Amino acid sequence: MCDQTFLAVVFGPCDKCSKEKPLRAVYIKSEQLSYCSLCVEMVWLHENETLASLKNEAETLKGKLEEERAKLHDVELHQVAERVEALGQFVMKTRRTLKGHGNKVLCMDWCKDKRRIVSSSQDGKVIVWDSFTTNKEHAVTMPCTWVMACAYAPSGCAIACGGLDNKCSVYPLTFDKNENMAAKKKSVAMHTNYLSACSFTNSDMQILTASGDGTCALWDVESGQLLQSFHGHGADVLCLDLAPSETGNTFVSGGCDKKAMVWDMRSGQCIQSFETHDSDINSVRYYPSGDAFASGSDDATCRLYDLRADREVAIYSKESIIFGASSVDFSLSGRLLFAGYNDYTINVWDVLKGSRVSILFGHENRVSTLRVSPDGTAFCSGSWDHTLRVSA
Amino acid sequence: MSGKTASTTNNIAQARRTVQQLRIEASIERIKVSKASADLMLYCEEHAKKDPLLVGIPASENPFKDKKTCILL
Repeated sequence: MCDQTFLAVVFGPCDKCSKEKPLRAVYIKSEQLSYCSLCVEMVWLHENETLASLKNEAETLKGKLEEERAKLHDVELHQVAERVEALGQFVMKTRRTLKGHGNKVLCMDWCKDKRRIVSSSQDGKVIVWDSFTTNKEHAVTMPCTWVMACAYAPSGCAIACGGLDNKCSVYPLTFDKNENMAAKKKSVAMHTNYLSACSFTNSDMQILTASGDGTCALWDVESGQLLQSFHGHGADVLCLDLAPSETGNTFVSGGCDKKAMVWDMRSGQCIQSFETHDSDINSVRYYPSGDAFASGSDDATCRLYDLRADREVAIYSKESIIFGASSVDFSLSGRLLFAGYNDYTINVWDVLKGSRVSILFGHENRVSTLRVSPDGTAFCSGSWDHTLRVSA
Repeated sequence: MSGKTASTTNNIAQARRTVQQLRIEASIERIKVSKASADLMLYCEEHAKKDPLLVGIPASENPFKDKKTCILL
């Protein structure tokens, strides 16, 4: 009996129709009002109408968007590319194998000096390698496993990494043998779910992160302050890539909601979004000119989206490829697209013609990460087989 | 009662945001695919010669490729 709660019924003039009736508390535009039951019903009806009309408008706009995009779809990229010379045979081999990780390699990045590589692994270790000599220059153990993201600072003096700890931490690189790298660690980003990708912007001062919490964020490294956050993905964000510096302050992100979204870094606004993949987008990479970007997805295809035409312009797929693409990157001229797959192979695609020009074997487990070196002389792939391979 | 109104208000806010986002996306300037493709091709052609993975550079210049050892005759 003491457990029963009694609804206090207030009698009084309704805030809407002014009649004396039993009143209920109602929230209109965050203001609390007291309405009689009839007026409460009217509010619900009105809101349902508004919801329905908004949904209708959304559908109409989506239809209009499709129409506008279709109007400009006058030709396919591979048709225009028919007059381009076909590529010859490619002979690419593994030139260096970097061994040292104790578990799956999840992410890697090149240093701007075109020689150093940072890689992170499921066992919590982040290693900096000299790819010419295969020597390990630095190693740090993170307090968490599954370090899914790592990045090299533009200056080459620091690295950033993170994963299941929901944070992105920056470690300054020092050659002083007496200094413990882990001691100088700086926690920069804080998300509410795992960190899936991180990248420095044009300087060492800002970091862009993507997280399993569905958001991307821009942080100031020195103060750890959140400068801008990007909301819009309906599920985990798995990857991001910054536009090449000449083209301005935008970046593209891909997520488990099958969408690739292009963002304005200053306003936090989503400028364009593309939803043609059938599954999670694992990797996005800008075309070198900045006018397009490629994506690799669990639906076993890679696709090219042109930003100025605002649509998908090419699909790179084959019936024989049924495993997801985990990682994509362009060669220097943008003619070749390298894609690492979960079936342990790396496929090389002719971006313009849409055909596969080469297939590379060598890894003994899925290829999880792939990046072309800054000067385009080689590309490095990391795999669940615990190794990284530099091929040229 | 007020709970139901609060959740519908949430839905409305979300629907409004979606409509606003779609309005922005629908209003951007677009170019024809033929023009966009032509530009992509032009970029490839202009940079093809400088692409080491595309055209291949001599082994002596590529730090990753094994250099031929010199043979003393």
